[in-house]
Amino acid sequence: MIKFTLQRLLQLVPVLLIVITVTFWMSKKAPGGPFSAERKVAPQVMAKMNAYYGLDKPLLQQYLLYLKNLVLRGDLGPSFTYPTESVNQVIARSFPVSLQVGSLAMLLALFIGIPLGVLAAVKKNSLADYFSMSFAMSGICLPTFVMGPILAIVFGLWLKWGNVFGLEKSGNAWLPPIFLPALTLGLFYGAYVARLTRSGMLEILNQDYIRTARAKGVGSFRVIWKHALKGGMMPVVSFLGPALAGLISGSFVVEKVFKLPGLGNEFIKGAFNRDYSLILGTVIFYAVLIVLFNLLVDIIHAWLDPRIRQ
Amino acid sequence: MRLAHVRKLLLTLICLALAAPAMAETKADRAAKDKILLFGNGSEPQNLDPHTVRGVTENHIISALIEGLIAYHPTDQALPEPGMADRWEHNLDASEWTFHIRDGAKWSNGDPVKAADFVFSFHRILSPNLAADYADQLYIMKGAEDFHKGKLTDFDAVGVKALDDQNLRITLVGPTPYFLSALTHYSWYPVHPATILKFGKIDDRVSAWTRPENFVGNGPFKLKEWKVNEVITVERNPLYWDAKTVKLNGIQYYPIEDQNTEERAFRAGDLHITNEVPLDKIPGYRRDNKDLILVDPYLGTYFYRLNVNKPALKDVRVREALNLALDRDSIVENITRGGQLPALGYTPQGMGRYKTPELMSYDPDKARKLLAEAGYPDGKGFPKYEILINTSESHKTVAEAIQQMWKQELGIDIGIRNEEWKVYLDSQTNMKYDITRSGWIGDYMDPVTFLTMWTTGNGNNNTGWSNAEYDSLIKQSFLEADEAKRFALLEKAETILLKNPPFATIYWYTRVYLKSAHVVNWNSLLLDNHNFKYIDLK
Repeated sequence: MIKFTLQRLLQLVPVLLIVITVTFWMSKKAPGGPFSAERKVAPQVMAKMNAYYGLDKPLLQQYLLYLKNLVLRGDLGPSFTYPTESVNQVIARSFPVSLQVGSLAMLLALFIGIPLGVLAAVKKNSLADYFSMSFAMSGICLPTFVMGPILAIVFGLWLKWGNVFGLEKSGNAWLPPIFLPALTLGLFYGAYVARLTRSGMLEILNQDYIRTARAKGVGSFRVIWKHALKGGMMPVVSFLGPALAGLISGSFVVEKVFKLPGLGNEFIKGAFNRDYSLILGTVIFYAVLIVLFNLLVDIIHAWLDPRIRQ
Repeated sequence: MRLAHVRKLLLTLICLALAAPAMAETKADRAAKDKILLFGNGSEPQNLDPHTVRGVTENHIISALIEGLIAYHPTDQALPEPGMADRWEHNLDASEWTFHIRDGAKWSNGDPVKAADFVFSFHRILSPNLAADYADQLYIMKGAEDFHKGKLTDFDAVGVKALDDQNLRITLVGPTPYFLSALTHYSWYPVHPATILKFGKIDDRVSAWTRPENFVGNGPFKLKEWKVNEVITVERNPLYWDAKTVKLNGIQYYPIEDQNTEERAFRAGDLHITNEVPLDKIPGYRRDNKDLILVDPYLGTYFYRLNVNKPALKDVRVREALNLALDRDSIVENITRGGQLPALGYTPQGMGRYKTPELMSYDPDKARKLLAEAGYPDGKGFPKYEILINTSESHKTVAEAIQQMWKQELGIDIGIRNEEWKVYLDSQTNMKYDITRSGWIGDYMDPVTFLTMWTTGNGNNNTGWSNAEYDSLIKQSFLEADEAKRFALLEKAETILLKNPPFATIYWYTRVYLKSAHVVNWNSLLLDNHNFKYIDLK
């Protein structure tokens, strides 16, 4: 197991190198630069700024310098969007927000998705199945930029239970400020979880060992809870890895709708502002998260399914 | 209890539960009692250093923290409001000015504000290494341009001198009757020298001095907290010279970019003032909540640049025809709907005694005639040009309407090409366009802030347009001290510009935003620069 983990961690190196290289060259290829503005910046001012940030050097040299700083000092470079902060600082301040929202969203997704999925699988082709699956379908079809405002209007404006924006508690809201954004994401991911749980459970419920358990006279709840659920969760677990990486690294849309100071926002801002180091920094961070969570998923898989362990 | 009773009781309970929060006190109500203004400020400021920023967003905060020689007038931005300077005088042709710094003017750390601080500040923004975007605002000062461009290395030769601790002499390149208005721009603001030098050199662009724990200002408020992408809080500065006039205890600036989110925040009672209103919500507010929506004229022009190097657009008759075929009234009434004014000239109205020549009109017959004379009868043979816009729903709607008008009136087919913001800027600067959407916002209350950009080779011209007579009139205006004569020269220049237009004018901007009844002393201002020391909450 340790060897397996180490091997996977080593794979991170080539993956990151490719990600950095591709992102670096692609972002530099885009027209416009970090300092272009509607009101023209004088050429000598532009030249000074480029020199200050080392953007006047040949691209290859910039690339190598970036790699060197990253490897030797873990330095992701200065941000142009936030002149008083480095990219490391930008991530350090915005990631905790996205982490909180994302984790809560994931919990909500599981709390909503798994029971619905199990219910749908056990009562296959019944009203409960149709209800759960149409809920799931609408959850998938309703994008977060529609769901977010709906939740904000209903729970924020009408009922005044939660915040319509930001992290400061609004008026008499009693829900934590991150609840509505987390619910927006939770409903969307919960819908996927429900569908995946259903199909996973359906497959397992037809297996021989379930039939054996039933034949032995094990109660229906115990069959599902003790025997089926563990195996039925396999597709959900595979989905959770990348989903969790995506959730905790922040959703641009939800952060925009609820005005949260999270990482998803920085990701998009970096791209729009041609903030090369912010683009690279957030992409690297996301890539590391993806690889780590996929590794975690593999470990959980091995725990859930003895066949993988061998 | 019968079922009907139970149902009634339940219904009453639900109604009460729903109604209770509606009656409760909102954040804005509470903040109004505490005299804290909750201000929707659009986007996150780049920085709070007056010498390196370039946006309106930053200005809203910086103008609360730092005061220049001249401050913002609360009711009419064409008038000077004494700030750090309590009196001033100038020579006959307004090219040499002496400002007296008031007694009791202090920095927020207790140091007195001295004339030398201004010399240091002008030195700083003009330092080539600082690479200040707005350094050219100071080019009206003698020697400033040469110093900024590195042709002059001795700052003593630049036209600013501290005569003593309280008297500052500024020598300008030529007569500048609008100097007091120009001085309200943040590029002329002072910074605290010792603080700047504590956190770096005079020309260090990146410095920690703007962090809340380090910031030293001289304005009515001081920086308390800066939570990036969340909120910036300023609080009353007890050392401000006019602290007794300051009504508010503080301001919280919320950088809410999304207009819909901001409008929801306003409705939820989380904001006193918004930055904008979503376009589709304007008619609703104007109908049902007239007292909440404000439509203020704003010193800006929305127009399309025409690339005069393109074969068909080289012909002035074609450019005139494109202007004549625009029904500007219809655009502002049916599309933008925010009270904008049809731009019948280029310079917006309202700048003191300057009278914008209003030569643009809607005359499709004349337009067709001119186009035919230029060799494109009924649009036949007209090249397939495109309108370049930056990606945005509202720009697209306007472009489509204009496309339709040109098609209908002139028979020409114009395409629309949208580009993401930075790509669009790049295309515009390098003139990789036929027709491009543009906007221009004035920096101070004088027509030159709109007219100098059209001189030959100006960095913001971007159309290839050049007119020797125009250039010479603008140049003459810079040598003229008499206001009436100066404006006559500028009016003549603008007439040339409008008769031979490198653009199609569309509308003059308005600022449309929401304001709650809590806010008092808030006036409509053409530059939208509010002096926060006069604002109050009830």
